[in-house]
Amino acid sequence: MCDASKIHPQGPSPHAGETPAAVLKVKGLSCQRGVRLLFDKLDFELRAGHALVVVGRNGAGKSSLLRIVAGLLAATSGRVCLCEGATERPHTEEMHYLGHDDALKGALSVAENLSFWRAMLGATGVPVADALDEVGLGGLERLPVAVLSAGQKRRLAIARLLVSRRRIWILDEPTTALDVNAQARFAELGRAHLDSGGAILAATHAPLDFGPRVGTLQLGAKREVLA
Amino acid sequence: MMAAFWALLRRDMALALRSGGGAGLGVVFFLSVVTIVPFAVGPDMVLLARIGPAILWIGALLASLIGLERLFAADVEDGSLDALAHSSLPLELVAAAKGLAHWIATGLPLVVAAPVLALMLNLEPAAIGAVVLTLLVGTPAVTSLGLIGAAFAGAFRRGGLLIAVLVLPLAIPVLIFAVSATSAAVTGPVPFGTPFRILMGLTLFALVLGPVAAAAALRAARG
Repeated sequence: MCDASKIHPQGPSPHAGETPAAVLKVKGLSCQRGVRLLFDKLDFELRAGHALVVVGRNGAGKSSLLRIVAGLLAATSGRVCLCEGATERPHTEEMHYLGHDDALKGALSVAENLSFWRAMLGATGVPVADALDEVGLGGLERLPVAVLSAGQKRRLAIARLLVSRRRIWILDEPTTALDVNAQARFAELGRAHLDSGGAILAATHAPLDFGPRVGTLQLGAKREVLA
Repeated sequence: MMAAFWALLRRDMALALRSGGGAGLGVVFFLSVVTIVPFAVGPDMVLLARIGPAILWIGALLASLIGLERLFAADVEDGSLDALAHSSLPLELVAAAKGLAHWIATGLPLVVAAPVLALMLNLEPAAIGAVVLTLLVGTPAVTSLGLIGAAFAGAFRRGGLLIAVLVLPLAIPVLIFAVSATSAAVTGPVPFGTPFRILMGLTLFALVLGPVAAAAALRAARG
C-alpha cells in the first residue's frame, strides 16, 4: 500500500537535519469511476519544500486524484486535509489548481485575464506585469488571448500561479504545449516555489526538473511509492 | 471577498458586451417579438392595448433566457470554474455575480427598451409606467431563476432546451403577478400595489433561491 512516510528526499532538506512539516495529508483515499476502481486506500503526504510527481499510464487516475485533492471531485472514500495554518480557511484557498484547460477568456486581453485572476484569487503574489515577464509574455499585455498560440496560453495560465501566492500547487500536465525553453523556465519557477516553502503535487508524463526534493507516486496496476 | 465579487462582475460584463451578441441579442429578440405581434393580431388598437402588457412580458421573459445556456457552460469548458472554485468567493456568490452581470447586460436593456416598444402596442402612459416598473422588479427574478437552468446546462453539458423546461415553469408566478399588476394599474379594481408587492416578494425569494440552487447543481456535478 502507499505510504508516503516512505518517501525520502533524495537531496538535502531545506532545513538541514530536520524533516519539514507536512502541509497536506491524504488518508485512505479511494476513487471509483463507474465500475472501475482507479485507486484504493491511497495514503501520502506532501511536505513543505517538496514536490510529489504522480505517474502512471493513461487512465490510471492521475487527473482524478489531483481533482480530488483540489476539492473539485468527490472521493469515494478517504479524506484530504491540510496540516497547519488552515483551520479557518477552506483548503482550496491554500491551493492553485492548474488543469488541462487554461481558464482564459479569448475576448479579453492578456493583462485583463491575469488581472482578473489576481483579483479573484487574492492579490498576494507578484504584480501582473512582473508575472508576465517571468513567463516570457512581457510586451503582449494588450493582445487578446484569442490570438495567442497554445504555448503562450499555457504560459499565461502558469502566470496565474505567480500573481496569487498559495502554498500548494496542483499541476495536471503543466508543461503541455510548452517549448523546451519554457519547460526549463517553468521548472525554475517550480524550484523557486519549493525553495520558498511551497509544495507541488503534479501529474506528468514529461520529466519535471523540480530539483532534488521530488518524490514519485506510481498509480496503476502496481501501486507503490518510489523514493 | 467583495473585490473578487466585483472582479467577476466586471469580467462577465466585459465578456457580454465585447463578444458581441450577448447583450444586444436579447433586445433584438424582444424587439422582434413585440413588432411581429401587431401584424399577427391585426389592426385592432383596443385589443392591442389590452394584451400589450402581456406581450411585452412574454417577450421580455423569453429574451431574458437568451444566453443563459452559455453562462456556466463556457466557464466549465475552459476550466475557469475550477479556478473560480479556488477563490475566496463561495460558489453561491460566484453564481450571484454572474447572474447580476447577465441581468445588467441582458435584463436592464429590456427594461429600457420597453417604453419605446409599448408605444407600438398603443399602451397608455399609466400602463407603460406599470410595465416598466414590473419589468424592473420582475426581470431580476427571471434571471435569478434562470441561473438554476444555466447551472444545470453547464454542469451536465446539456443544451438550452433544459433551461426552457426548468426555468419557464418557475417563472410563471412572476409572469402572472407582473401582468396582473399592470392590468390593475390600468383597469382596476384591485390596486396596483397588491399584486406588485407579491411580485416583489417573488423576486426576493428568487434572488435567494437562484444562486443557492445553481451552486448546489454545480457542486452535485462534481460527484
